[in-house]
Amino acid sequence: MSELFGIPLPALYGQLVLGLVNGSFYAMLSLGLAVIFGMLNIINFAHGALYMIGAMFAWMGLEYLGIGYWWMLVLAPVSIGIVGIIIERLLLQWLYKLDHLYGLLMTFGLALMLEGLFRDLYGVAGQPYPIPEGLTGMINLGFMMLPKYRAWVILASLVVCLITWYMIEKTRLGAYLRAATENPRLTQAFGINVPLMVMLTYGFGVGLAGLAGVLAAPATQVGPLMGSNLIIVVFAVVVIGGMGSILGTVVTGLSLGLIEGLAKVFWPEVSSTVVFIIMAIVLMIRPSGLFGRQQ
Amino acid sequence: MNKSFSLLDKQTLSYLIGIILLLAAPTVMYPVLVMKVLCFALFACAFNLLLGYTGLLSFGHAAFLGSGAYLTGYALKVWGVPTLLGLLLGTAGAALLGFIVGSLAIRRQGIYFTMTTLALAQMMFFVFIQSSFTGGEDGLQDVPRGTLFGLDLSNDGNLYYLVVTIFCSAFWLIQRIIHSPFGQILKAIRENEPRTISLGYDVTRYKLLAFVLSAAIAGLAGATKTLVFAFATLTDAHWHASGEVVLMTLVGGVGTIFGPVVGATVIVALQNLLADKVGSLVTVIMGAIFVLCVLAFRRGIVGESIALYRRMIGEKL
Amino acid sequence: MSSSEYLRVSDLHAFYAESHILHGMDFTVRRGECVSLLGRNGAGRTTTLRALMGLTGRRTGSIMINGREVINMPPHRIAQLGVGYCPEERGIYSGLSCEENLMLPPRVSSGGVCIEEIYEMFPNLKERRHSQGTRLSGGEQQMLAMARILRTGARLLLLDEISEGLAPVIVQKLAEIITELKKRDYTILLVEQNFRFAAPLADRMCIVEHGEVVAEIAQHELAEKQPLLQEFLGV
Repeated sequence: MSELFGIPLPALYGQLVLGLVNGSFYAMLSLGLAVIFGMLNIINFAHGALYMIGAMFAWMGLEYLGIGYWWMLVLAPVSIGIVGIIIERLLLQWLYKLDHLYGLLMTFGLALMLEGLFRDLYGVAGQPYPIPEGLTGMINLGFMMLPKYRAWVILASLVVCLITWYMIEKTRLGAYLRAATENPRLTQAFGINVPLMVMLTYGFGVGLAGLAGVLAAPATQVGPLMGSNLIIVVFAVVVIGGMGSILGTVVTGLSLGLIEGLAKVFWPEVSSTVVFIIMAIVLMIRPSGLFGRQQ
Repeated sequence: MNKSFSLLDKQTLSYLIGIILLLAAPTVMYPVLVMKVLCFALFACAFNLLLGYTGLLSFGHAAFLGSGAYLTGYALKVWGVPTLLGLLLGTAGAALLGFIVGSLAIRRQGIYFTMTTLALAQMMFFVFIQSSFTGGEDGLQDVPRGTLFGLDLSNDGNLYYLVVTIFCSAFWLIQRIIHSPFGQILKAIRENEPRTISLGYDVTRYKLLAFVLSAAIAGLAGATKTLVFAFATLTDAHWHASGEVVLMTLVGGVGTIFGPVVGATVIVALQNLLADKVGSLVTVIMGAIFVLCVLAFRRGIVGESIALYRRMIGEKL
Repeated sequence: MSSSEYLRVSDLHAFYAESHILHGMDFTVRRGECVSLLGRNGAGRTTTLRALMGLTGRRTGSIMINGREVINMPPHRIAQLGVGYCPEERGIYSGLSCEENLMLPPRVSSGGVCIEEIYEMFPNLKERRHSQGTRLSGGEQQMLAMARILRTGARLLLLDEISEGLAPVIVQKLAEIITELKKRDYTILLVEQNFRFAAPLADRMCIVEHGEVVAEIAQHELAEKQPLLQEFLGV
């Protein structure tokens, strides 16, 4: 059978791969959001903007300084991480004692500022970013042609998520993070510099977003608006998955990307809203999220 | 002389002054601009009912502004209903949407509630883009204003008095809600929800009702806006509009009576002033105002003024 | 300050936001001594320990630990000076296993009890080391809370109500451990409701009322100062 419900199989597989690519971004971004939320109790609205800036840095690096993709894969996340640390020290640290809604409002304002700035500088149209050499072309899997770059994105994201999971669950630093998330004051009383950890956590979380941005650059148009619509879908992903477990967050992101891909094939009109529809269903059946802890 | 002053307490006096100012405004300002301010002020007041008095931050109120705008526009343009009925339809539609969204969102607390409202509003945005009845990217154009009691509303002057009436009535309604027993329970929920539950109140029902009322009045604001501008577009349902109403309420003063009105006036005036001069930087400035307010000006203009006034009379005593 | 003084608290006031809890605490603890803070509920004993660790709101006055002024230090710096804190609620992390809980606090000096010896002192913890921290029984959690600060090498131990809510057998075990620690020259500040637990262990007892030390009783004075104890503690 070379067709499924009237859709040729290679086209179906192609969309599934695309769905996995989107799912990888959902996973990485919701992971960063979850890590930041766990530690700071702030929903980082600026996450989308920082993802966009990651992609813009990659493009700017190539355009103005001739710095290629592989270098930017390291430089962009690190720069964004530093930007994150500055944001935390300058703006966020004053909010920890307040109602956590102020954190959302602050990061929302920040998102507006960052997006507005780049929109002013570069307009709304996207710029293309070339796929790096070595990752162009296809791999022939027999039942389908797999674009190399897409395979790379999925693989790289999985590896990054896995490394993050390992760091948090299996290392000493991760134990410090988990302890500081659960009981920040007591953890300080044990000699652990919790304010430093908070700062580094935010930097790491947004660094992940920046990395996702660089990975996204060759796959989509690089433009100032690429973050804002994505972040709202990521919010829905986070509501669906709950933020209780890292693996749960990653699995949710990937699955939703896949479902979205399937929707594009079989029911295109619904594809832009299918994540939200699933969110509505999950809210009705299991309000605390699929992997969330009961609040 | 004493008798007349005892009839007019401070609050009634300020309301009267406000109404007089509003009625006189078209002589010094463009009626359309003032009407725009009134629409957004109403939007912000509706939002404030939810945030300032019930303690629920909705980041998706644009869905209600937009649905009110589109429904009324469609009713007036395509169905040709009388103006008041059109407004009513927009308001009712927004209320219904508010019921659905509220029922889903209230299942979560705090930050999850906020994210849910945002996501559901975004879903509505996509529905609006794809629907034919909204006119998609072009929006609904050339919505007729109709007539009211024989007055031709395409005359800006005539429409102005209708809008002022709508605004004052809705504002009065919100005040009645806030000062009613229902409003007291909302405040109790905002201040200490577990305690209110332990007192036996079905908190979910109260929150939902507050949400529906807020959505309905936001829908009314959108509907009125369609009347004023004769069109309804995707901008009304975009999440930027959700953010704007949060900003207006924050700048004006969350949980104060006149805060949203002041905030809306300031933001609309600012946007008008900057419109042609700074282009996309308007967003940057709005964002900067957000950041500054959260850091240093949380009580907003009205809130800080009240606090300042209290400090001053405190010192004098 | 004499060289044997390890902890000196002078005119310590502490606040939680607007609440003024400590009204000028004054006491000292010499190196190797075990001092107990006694008093009724709400007297400010737990707040004193928290204030020493920097976990309360605003503090004024003076806290000298081993000759260093720590009144303005953040909690993690105070801990790094060799102070081990065992909170009233025990503070076992649910997100960590028993062993992870034990290994979490970093070493603050080289003189810590090594892990093998910890497991000798607390065999239960070795048995349950892979269980989730909060699945341990009350007594085991208390042991864990003490064990983890011993591992760090802290020499000044702040122990808050460690006997509270535990079976007599476990309370006995705790008393044995404290006796052993005293032999090893640890400096201990013991906040206790249970007079019968604290009296044999404490070299001195400070009675706290309304955030102030109102009386001090040395161990050999217990019998003769009985009326004082009756007045303040009802024992």
